[in-house]
Amino acid sequence: MKKFFAQAYLWLLLLLLYAPLVFIAIFSFTESKVLGNWTGFSTRLYANLFTGNMQGSSSLLAAVQNTLLIALAAAILSTLLGTVAAVGIHNLRGRSKQAVTFVNNIPMINPDVITGVSLFLLFVFLHFSQGFLTVILAHVTFGTPYVVLSVLPKLSQMNPNIYEAALDLGATPSQALRKVLIPQLKPGMISGFILAFTMSLDDFAVTFFTRGTIGLDTLSTFIYTDARKGGLTPELRPLMTLIFLLILVLLAVINLRQEKLKQLHKA
Amino acid sequence: MKRSHWSIPYVVFMAIFVVLPLVLILVYAFQDGNGHFTFSNITRFFSDSDALGTFAVSIEVAIENTLICILLGYPAAWILANRELNRSAVTIILFIMPMWINALMRTLATAELFNMLGITLGKGTLLFGMVYDYLPFMIYPIYNVLAKMDKSYAEAAQDLGATPWKVFWKVTVPLSMPGVSSGVLMVFMPTVSTFAISEFLTNNKIKLFGTIIQENINSSMWNYGAALALIMLIIIGVTSLFSDERKEAEGALI
Repeated sequence: MKKFFAQAYLWLLLLLLYAPLVFIAIFSFTESKVLGNWTGFSTRLYANLFTGNMQGSSSLLAAVQNTLLIALAAAILSTLLGTVAAVGIHNLRGRSKQAVTFVNNIPMINPDVITGVSLFLLFVFLHFSQGFLTVILAHVTFGTPYVVLSVLPKLSQMNPNIYEAALDLGATPSQALRKVLIPQLKPGMISGFILAFTMSLDDFAVTFFTRGTIGLDTLSTFIYTDARKGGLTPELRPLMTLIFLLILVLLAVINLRQEKLKQLHKA
Repeated sequence: MKRSHWSIPYVVFMAIFVVLPLVLILVYAFQDGNGHFTFSNITRFFSDSDALGTFAVSIEVAIENTLICILLGYPAAWILANRELNRSAVTIILFIMPMWINALMRTLATAELFNMLGITLGKGTLLFGMVYDYLPFMIYPIYNVLAKMDKSYAEAAQDLGATPWKVFWKVTVPLSMPGVSSGVLMVFMPTVSTFAISEFLTNNKIKLFGTIIQENINSSMWNYGAALALIMLIIIGVTSLFSDERKEAEGALI
């Protein structure tokens, strides 16, 4: 009985959390302009999305493209910068280590608005014209701390002698780096990359303040402007539904792979 | 080259993109439009009834949101932590997954859902939407602490004759406080500072503090915007100090 209530409680919470998403998915199969107004089953919004045959289509597709490009660039740069930084921080001692870790935490604690406003003031101060580059730099700023925090534990788990051993056995520093250090850090780098990537995809506030006035839109800023104009572009509904399905499939694949790995380990 | 030197590029990067921007908030907050030193931006806030009102509402909404998240999230985290590992891992992912869908899109869908059900947008819908956005951030840290907790403490209390209720309140809850305080940190400040979300959920009836900052920056009132951001930074500093001290106190207890 107790178990039943516990289970029912979890399902109720999940039902509430998923209601808006299911709502979007259902209304992606009707043509009406307004979300919540059912005008009969139709797959035209999906067709429009794929053929690009819709009002303001070019800007929606451009926004999707920008979002992915920015997230990819920011995640790659964050992973490179953060991994090198983590190796350095791991070898720092005492006060300097404390100071660097403290500053590393700031972008994670700061609300998006503060990060956005402060970077906006920076680019104004430096007379740096805002656009693609400033958005990417801003996303690297809040993405890198996550990479650092993902890689650091891998460094403390690693045997420090194996890198030295590789050098003693005649490996050049770059060989030792590629063949010894990076393979050991790879799991941390990958989870850091994924974190930086998803933070960038989901960001609204920081992009909003650092994109300048050249008309650069990511999916978030596109939705914001769209909603303020009154009425969302209907094709956003199928787009969100597809993104959700994609995430669902990805997670299922990752989970199944982990299960398989676990079973392999057991065998 | 010493390997600690590998941190130099990132230190330089952070100096430019983390420290300098925060210093600039401070500088702009104490300057007038012509770059002269002034306190007027700060004093303006305390006589600006619009900003003060928004500030009070933001704190109120944030406190309510945080409390509701704890009330709803703690039992969920507790149930999850007491299940067998594999099943709880899947459910945790189910709780986190909605966060990967664009937050603005989710918020707008929530607002439309209320519209369709004939519920007027206002304070109630705002709180619902906020809880909806932030609940996972409360569940996850509490779940983490509860799942890692040494079960022998609770068992010892039980063996010594405590009722299940007493075990929960005197052992489990105090030991899980670090999880709750990091949950509070992840829910409270972000709620105060949200912008856009509150307008969409209340049909522009209720503004939160983040919106006031954004409006000032966007209408080129950089100095006043910076002053408002500075006020928020001070509050963040105070709350994070408070939770750090608490964490240390708890660490010493265990």
